[in-house]
Amino acid sequence: MDLEQIAAALSCDTLCAAGGDGVDIDVVVASDGMSEILAFHCPHALMLTGLTNIQSVRTAIVADVSAIVYVRGKHPPGEVLDLALEKGIPVLNTALGMFDCCGILYGAGLRGGM
Amino acid sequence: MAEELLGCCYRVHGRDYDTGGEKSTEIKSILTSLDLDPAIVRRAVVVAFEAEMNVVMYADEGALTLTITDEDITLEMEDTGPGIPDIALAMQEGWSTATDEMRERGFGFGMGLPNIRRNSDEFEIASEVGRGTVVLSRIRLDGDG
Repeated sequence: MDLEQIAAALSCDTLCAAGGDGVDIDVVVASDGMSEILAFHCPHALMLTGLTNIQSVRTAIVADVSAIVYVRGKHPPGEVLDLALEKGIPVLNTALGMFDCCGILYGAGLRGGM
Repeated sequence: MAEELLGCCYRVHGRDYDTGGEKSTEIKSILTSLDLDPAIVRRAVVVAFEAEMNVVMYADEGALTLTITDEDITLEMEDTGPGIPDIALAMQEGWSTATDEMRERGFGFGMGLPNIRRNSDEFEIASEVGRGTVVLSRIRLDGDG
């Protein structure tokens, strides 16, 4: 499933494109706990989180995450988007909550990496 | 005898959430530039990041030393701080003394030290209450990631 399809399924807004065209996703990690994201080896995952601080992007860098979707309508500060842009990580957000996002993506065929 | 290829030391400041994790992303850039196995790089950077955030959350100051040889990557974090009274308990996944503030920042769910151990081929930890903690992680370059 590519990022454009995911964005459509979750009614996302793109906050930082960062070369997201053509990013293919087949696994998802979803948590507000950053160590949970890091606990399992699943590079190139989509990361769903409600945590919008700078550590969310640093965690994505460390975990080799391919793209971030902030849930519950969360909008990260500018410095967070700047770091994502610098590191080439596309960032989107959606008004949907974590549970609904996971359900929609699971129904679309994606599976968890945790 | 292993040949040392590179060594760096980083200062990490307790309670500095703005820069917390920054050193680890620098380490990722260094390791990536050495054309190492990406799975090995990822394990080392997870170790660095968890160690760095532990200092940010719990300690006053820390020194993170990165040593790369032709055989392995070693990360040693030595901090000054409150220390860990019961290391066996601290190593249990899910056990934590984190504050609500730490959890609101996405950390403190009792996964940090277990994540460091899980990603290490060799792992050592020593702590003295009231003085600080030393965590050593070694990752072999010939590991399977």
